[in-house]
Amino acid sequence: MASSGSGYDLSSSTFSPDGRIFQIEYAAKAVENAGTALGLRCRDGVVLAVEKPLQNKMLVAKTTGRRIHTVDEHAGVAMTGFVSDGRQIVNRAREEASSYNETYGTKIPPTTLAARLSAYVHYFTLHGALRPFGASTLVAAYDPATKKHSLHMVEPSGVSYEYFGAAAGRGRQPARTEMEKLAINPKTAGGVGSTTTEGMESLITVADGVKQLAKIIHSLHDEAKDKPFELEMSWLSEGTGWKHAGVPRNVIKEAVEWAKKEIEEAEEESDEDDDEMEE
Amino acid sequence: LPAQSTHADALTASNQATTRPITTGTSVLGIKYRDGVMLAADTLCSYGSLAKYKNARRLLGVNSNTLIGASGEYSDLQSISDLLKANALEDRCTADSLYDEDNNEECAGEVWSYLRAVMYQRRSKMNPLWNDVVVAGFRQETDGRTSDSPFLGVVDKIGTAYEDDVLATGFGGYIALPLMREKFRPDMEEGEARALLEDCLRILFYRDCRALNRVQIAKVTKEGGVLVSDPYELDTYWDFKGFVLNKGELGTDGGW
Repeated sequence: MASSGSGYDLSSSTFSPDGRIFQIEYAAKAVENAGTALGLRCRDGVVLAVEKPLQNKMLVAKTTGRRIHTVDEHAGVAMTGFVSDGRQIVNRAREEASSYNETYGTKIPPTTLAARLSAYVHYFTLHGALRPFGASTLVAAYDPATKKHSLHMVEPSGVSYEYFGAAAGRGRQPARTEMEKLAINPKTAGGVGSTTTEGMESLITVADGVKQLAKIIHSLHDEAKDKPFELEMSWLSEGTGWKHAGVPRNVIKEAVEWAKKEIEEAEEESDEDDDEMEE
Repeated sequence: LPAQSTHADALTASNQATTRPITTGTSVLGIKYRDGVMLAADTLCSYGSLAKYKNARRLLGVNSNTLIGASGEYSDLQSISDLLKANALEDRCTADSLYDEDNNEECAGEVWSYLRAVMYQRRSKMNPLWNDVVVAGFRQETDGRTSDSPFLGVVDKIGTAYEDDVLATGFGGYIALPLMREKFRPDMEEGEARALLEDCLRILFYRDCRALNRVQIAKVTKEGGVLVSDPYELDTYWDFKGFVLNKGELGTDGGW
């Protein structure tokens, strides 16, 4: 358990004696308790997936409370945590992307977009009068200049890193473990070199990525404890012409069916193993 | 803000309104045909009497089903195009759903109405965008489906909005429009419409001092969306007796 703030946690402009800013940690807690958001950088694109818990039986689940948003043609953002805070970050991302385009005549490069959001989120951790954002944002984007696609995650503290696979929210620890098993890191998948063509070719495709993320989200979801949820997925790939778009609904449906089957088979196997062990 | 300031005030004046266009494009022609709408324009931007930019694009797609073309000040066309494209992008990003088929893109008729509002606002501030803008595409049904009926409209620099089956701006209104009106039928084939527009552009090249025979044709169809051709040259014929022969050989009064 984290040590109690006792006086050093009242403002984000106060350090604690052991060098922490508690308000930022509390903001991260808000994200940790929210629905899982996952991002996967695949060979031919990036996939985003968010578990959207349905607070109310009467919600129009399929369309309302969206957590994945298009920021520009070539960039999409998934968020989790306080969704109202997340919406502000999405709006800012749209402004950054459109003003960059108006000024320079080209699409904002992914690293620049992530850096701008990072700076924006960080700003709110410096002022006593403001509170930090209680939301993490996963940014999937394509750079038409370098022809590379990438995934970044911006956290409430304002840090942002580029990832092969990123997870935020409730199920992030087990999700990370599962993602590490996938062939998404060119260094380990290809064996030699980082982003050499050899390394990249052995990575999974977005089609696989969609299935794997569906499986991860469904396996993390506890039918008994957690609320029913809606799965939102989007991708940005060679197949979509490098435009951010929702994963077609039938593709999500097939992925979920495949995922449920895989999970069932895995459970049966582990049941059999348990039986064997008992004997 | 004063719309005009005297020369003496120029040093201290904050903003001066548009008084004259500098880099200009000439006629834009538009015609509806069986599959949709077709626009045509040459690729010249004149700098007064200098034919300065001979490969300028005056026909532009602004979203997947709307085409605009403009005559007049080229920088204002670029500004209008940026504005409409930014609107289309914003609409796409902030749409209700991540799926294209759920969303309604702004149709040509809506773009035309919006442009009318923009142009009229500017004129009311005595600082117009110095263009005649032609908007081509399809209308939208009240239930949101793209209509089968093509849309062709124009908005001028003072904010007059007009729609019709055939349109032409600038010199085209005097020379091409009568020809286009004569030949127009709602079920014209693409080849016919294109031949008619090319013929009109050729005639405009003969008669309009600020025209060029390097042209572009663009079309909007339901299936294909917006398609803008690459520029190409039109053949012209100067073998008229009046040009080739001496005036004395023509058999008339010898030109005196």
